[in-house]
Amino acid sequence: MSEPTPSATPVPRQADPIKAVPVRHPGRWVAIAVIAVLAAMFVHMLFTNKAFNWPFMFENMFRPPVIKGLWGTVSITVLAMIIGVLLGIVVAVCRLSENPILRGASWVYTWFFRAVPRLVLLTVMGNLGLLWPRLEIGVPFDVYIGKLFGVEDANWRFLGFTTRDILSGFAVGVLGLALSEAAYMAEIVRAGMLSVDPGQEEAATALGMSRGKALRRVVLPQAMRVIIPPTGNETIAMLKDTSLLIAVPVTAELFFQLDAIGKRTFQIFPMYVAAILWYLFLVSILLVGQYFLERRFARGYGRSGAAKLKLEGLAAEHGGKPELP
Amino acid sequence: MTHSAEPMVRTENVHKSFGHVQVLRGIDVTVPRGNVCVVLGPSGSGKSTLLRCINHLEKIDSGRIWVDGNLIGYRQKGDKLYELHDKDVAAQRREIGMVFQRFNLFPHMCALENVVEAPTQVKGQTKAQAWRRGMELLSRVGLADKAGNYPSQLSGGQQQRVAIARALAMDPKLMLFDEPTSALDPELVGDVLDAMKDLARSGMTMVVVTHEIGFAREVGDQLIFMDGGVVVESGHPREVLTNPQHPRTRDFLSKVL
Repeated sequence: MSEPTPSATPVPRQADPIKAVPVRHPGRWVAIAVIAVLAAMFVHMLFTNKAFNWPFMFENMFRPPVIKGLWGTVSITVLAMIIGVLLGIVVAVCRLSENPILRGASWVYTWFFRAVPRLVLLTVMGNLGLLWPRLEIGVPFDVYIGKLFGVEDANWRFLGFTTRDILSGFAVGVLGLALSEAAYMAEIVRAGMLSVDPGQEEAATALGMSRGKALRRVVLPQAMRVIIPPTGNETIAMLKDTSLLIAVPVTAELFFQLDAIGKRTFQIFPMYVAAILWYLFLVSILLVGQYFLERRFARGYGRSGAAKLKLEGLAAEHGGKPELP
Repeated sequence: MTHSAEPMVRTENVHKSFGHVQVLRGIDVTVPRGNVCVVLGPSGSGKSTLLRCINHLEKIDSGRIWVDGNLIGYRQKGDKLYELHDKDVAAQRREIGMVFQRFNLFPHMCALENVVEAPTQVKGQTKAQAWRRGMELLSRVGLADKAGNYPSQLSGGQQQRVAIARALAMDPKLMLFDEPTSALDPELVGDVLDAMKDLARSGMTMVVVTHEIGFAREVGDQLIFMDGGVVVESGHPREVLTNPQHPRTRDFLSKVL
């Protein structure tokens, strides 16, 4: 080796990899033994316990009403989440507004719907027909206003429906879950918006954007990084909570259908196991989706490849050639 | 509507408090058209707040601010002041570019998208129009080859130059710089200052809060020294810097020079 001189660049030296005896983990072997015995007992039970009645379960868990219920569950989940997210964004924006009335109202909204359990809320909503046999659109407080002007029994209503006609079980179910979800989504969206550096909105407004535009174009897209992952959890929770709709009741729903078959045939347990298997299947699909979604959003901004593609797309859109290197 | 006789910026007895802290205590400043006004002062002297009041990011408590002859944030009818609606405030801000200490580029947009965002969204320019102008501005600050990069892929100095291009894309009459080089590594400061000097020579009216004495000396037309929410001393940069009159100014300059 030559003597290092101050002007020479240092050269990395060679080194042998470390050879050492690894630490032993006897606890792991004990754990493996315990878990193996428990697993064997469980599998044994699955095969020997007659209450499972596997042939009956497999015969019935794919019947048309169950499959219809499955689609009902999926569509209720999707609809309730879409409405819940949109309403949640509105509530969150109100919550962060400068207007104290909007702030207060959105606080009350989230307080109410977070405090009332979903099962109770859905049961109450299933019985709204008791409160309002008819739903009508017209002048609010028409009877009182009429009295003020000397008209007895004023009835200024333009449209009316029997509650049962327009609020089917399906609609009540979607509405109830969506209203409740919006309260949770509002908190998630609010946290997301608060996570964005206030300098961003400031920079946007300094460029002459209105607050709404700054929110839409600058704040919300950045908040999405924080909002998307918990929204995945909420979607999974929503899918499972559709089973609560048995309290409304909603007939076009998976658990209702499986429960009904079980009660009709006195084979309750196999149908409950079928429900478990169906929910495991559905949630597993969502978990896979969530995995990719979170990986996409964890990556963050800053891929010049994607940016170049986007720029080229933009350029092609208006027929110009991008003057990029 | 042009008011060529009017100075670009005029403030009259401007006061501003945050809670009990009086940050501005009667500021009178006049910046003629085409001038570069450098604001110096220790931290907490209110210089950033003054800048933020000029484009109404902060509401002033008393006094008046005019930019190009237009009262900022209010409309005067006789003796009565009417608060401007948000969209009118936004319209006033379109004429005033601002560059922040922390750049505040939009991280979800690449450099060019950052520059064309406001012209397309606020001014209603077509993408092609804004695109062409955006590339022009990026090459002006020496970053044409970084158009497709996201802010996270740019150095601080490059980000700040994109921020300058972004502000210029709105064709402002006035540019405000809030300590534009304070968050930069020393070796990156030069490029940003060069972009600002270039802008100053093109005749842009600028109000610059900075600690870069060299910049003040080279391109400044007027210098304001602030301390404790008041203007302690003002004049031509060369005069103030070489022969400060007020002891507070002398003290400050002896520490930063």
